[in-house]
Amino acid sequence: MNTLNPYLPFSSKILEVIKHTEKEYTFRMEFKGEVKPGQFFEVSIPKYGEAPISVSGIGENFVDLTIRRVGRVTNEVFERYEGQSLLLRGPYGNGFDVDLYRDCEVVVVAGGTGVSPVRGVIQALSDMPDASDKYVVAGFRSPEDMLFRDDLKAWDSKLNLTLTVDGAPEGYQGNIGLVTKYIEGLPLKEPSKARAVVVGPPPMMKFTIIELKKKGFTDANITVSHERKMCCGLGKCGHCRVNDHYICLDGPVFSYEVAKDFVD
Amino acid sequence: MGYVLNKESFSDLVSALLKDYRIFAPVLKKGAGRFTDVDCVIYDEVKDASEIELEKKSDYASKEFLTPLSETLLYFTEEEVKEADLCEKKVLIFGRSCDLNGLKRLDQIYLDNGLAKDPFYKRRRDLIKPVLIGCGHSYDNCFCVSMDSNRFEEGYAFSVDLIDGEIHSNVLDKEFDSFFKAAAGAKELDVTPRFVTENEVKVEIPDEIPGRIITDDLWDEYTTRCINCGRCNFVCPTCTCYTMQDVFYSDNGRVGERRRVSASCMVDGYTDVAGGGQYRRKNGERMRFKVLHKISDFKKRFGYQMCVGCGRCDDICPEYISFSNIINKVNDAVKKEVNS
Ligand SMILES: Cc1cc2nc3c(=O)[nH]c(=O)nc-3n(C[C@H](O)[C@H](O)[C@H](O)COP(=O)(O)OP(=O)(O)OC[C@H]3O[C@@H](n4cnc5c(N)ncnc54)[C@H](O)[C@@H]3O)c2cc1C
Ligand code: SF4
Ligand code: SF4
Ligand code: FES
Repeated sequence: MNTLNPYLPFSSKILEVIKHTEKEYTFRMEFKGEVKPGQFFEVSIPKYGEAPISVSGIGENFVDLTIRRVGRVTNEVFERYEGQSLLLRGPYGNGFDVDLYRDCEVVVVAGGTGVSPVRGVIQALSDMPDASDKYVVAGFRSPEDMLFRDDLKAWDSKLNLTLTVDGAPEGYQGNIGLVTKYIEGLPLKEPSKARAVVVGPPPMMKFTIIELKKKGFTDANITVSHERKMCCGLGKCGHCRVNDHYICLDGPVFSYEVAKDFVD
Repeated sequence: MGYVLNKESFSDLVSALLKDYRIFAPVLKKGAGRFTDVDCVIYDEVKDASEIELEKKSDYASKEFLTPLSETLLYFTEEEVKEADLCEKKVLIFGRSCDLNGLKRLDQIYLDNGLAKDPFYKRRRDLIKPVLIGCGHSYDNCFCVSMDSNRFEEGYAFSVDLIDGEIHSNVLDKEFDSFFKAAAGAKELDVTPRFVTENEVKVEIPDEIPGRIITDDLWDEYTTRCINCGRCNFVCPTCTCYTMQDVFYSDNGRVGERRRVSASCMVDGYTDVAGGGQYRRKNGERMRFKVLHKISDFKKRFGYQMCVGCGRCDDICPEYISFSNIINKVNDAVKKEVNS
């Protein structure tokens, strides 16, 4: 039964730790197997608990988990170093279908740690032969809170990146303002056929979608990713349920056509 | 095959069964009820036929063996993660039609929601055989007939109906015939378990519940009346939610365990996420979430109603909140909505 028990975590080696901010590190974890951007793992620390964490990067023999330290489990994760290991189970959830975004105009709007689950999607967009019709609007609380700085530079050279912060000390050169401010101005040719991906805190998602719809996006062409409390990732614990959907099973990635009817 | 047994032969039967089976059944606890001085019928492992309460409806649901309030899943030592052991003796669970219909709902989530079967549930489920307690009459707050769960006709091992001091049993699982035949004084007779066909309480559930009902002011009343104690969930034969909990032992911090404990969508903390996020702060919203799951959202996903109409949530509520009453209020609100 051991190999069949989905609650039993497996051990995965920490290949590298990438520090973004004081509170946010990416742990590059040894992993071979099928996994998609937008899926998540349960990081499972014996005696401390488990935390669902999105896949922020995928390689031949690794997955990246970008973790913000906020409490019991995540604090404990930050005590580990390269060469040590973590227990994981997963991947869980449906993930993004990157192929959808190949032959159309695309807008990705992501806020804060919401950039993690879509990093794989943005990466795929920037690797496409012609990324001139791909747009990314990424927002962070302040310049210090920025994640994936090296990626941001690389993406900027390949697709249309708008980087913004909610607030910044005097003298800051970049954009200041919420992501919602930059949607109206995107030079899209055919918004009614364009696709959008929106991931971030609930209020950010709500107001971003309002802006996208003003611009002409259809519900069916907007994709969102949701977070809820999760204790299993397997459709059993019930915490993640919204209406007749289990975020851990049917999501976390949903078409807005479906997600617009979510009421918690 | 049917049998009629007097008290002594039922006692013989139970003693013989106890050699092969653990038996979980309703047990009367004096003065342990909703209020002190009120009796309470709980579920417990019994060692003698006289402990089994066949007359009164239990206050708790028969699910406790399958989904204990707290269950250790994994043990952690410094080197390894180990599954907790489980006694492998077979189990008989005594339950009424509502309880046994509830089993299907538990299976639905633990075995058939998503691809993974919950192994900790399954290993318990594989041990049990249900025993049907017939219902000679309806009890306070029951509305099983409206929920179509007043009958349970297949899949029980045998039934027990207490009629005039005698036990009437219909045996469906042939394995048990030998036990009945061996019980001194058991008479063979055709027996049909009793089912109720009418309850005093009736509910009507609308086929479609329009989204607007979610924001109807009918829920507001419960924001003040309900004290979010969660008892309605803990006694419900169809509630399955749990929370994971890790602990380490205070005398040796290097070892510990992971448990799951029953959770309630009415209780604080159920939705808390990092950064202070919380959904459904108001008790009225929690009530709406619970009620619509029981009479609508579960059905949308699985094709049949979740609630089995046992009325236990009404029996236990310290604030006298009636679930059937809420269903009928929802029905009225939907009718009003459709007609306007
Ligand atoms: C699908 C999904 C993907 C996520 N992806 C990421 C990610 O890529 N990076 C990241 O840093 N965080 C992510 N999170 C959030 C992360 O799971 C929580 O920050 C983490 O569980 C907190 O655990 P903790 O023990 O450190 O905090 P705790 O000490 O438990 O408490 C901090 C807070 O986190 C809440 N919390 C506890 N358990 C959970 C849980 N299982 N799910 C949600 N909240 C919980 C608590 O209620 C509390 O409010 C994701 C969450 C979900 C549901
Ligand atoms: S409805 Fe009653 S039993 Fe349920 S949480 Fe509210 S007060 Fe407690
Ligand atoms: S919701 Fe109430 S009446 Fe329905 S099955 Fe649960 S405890 Fe019984
Ligand atoms: S996380 Fe447990 S049911 Fe979705």
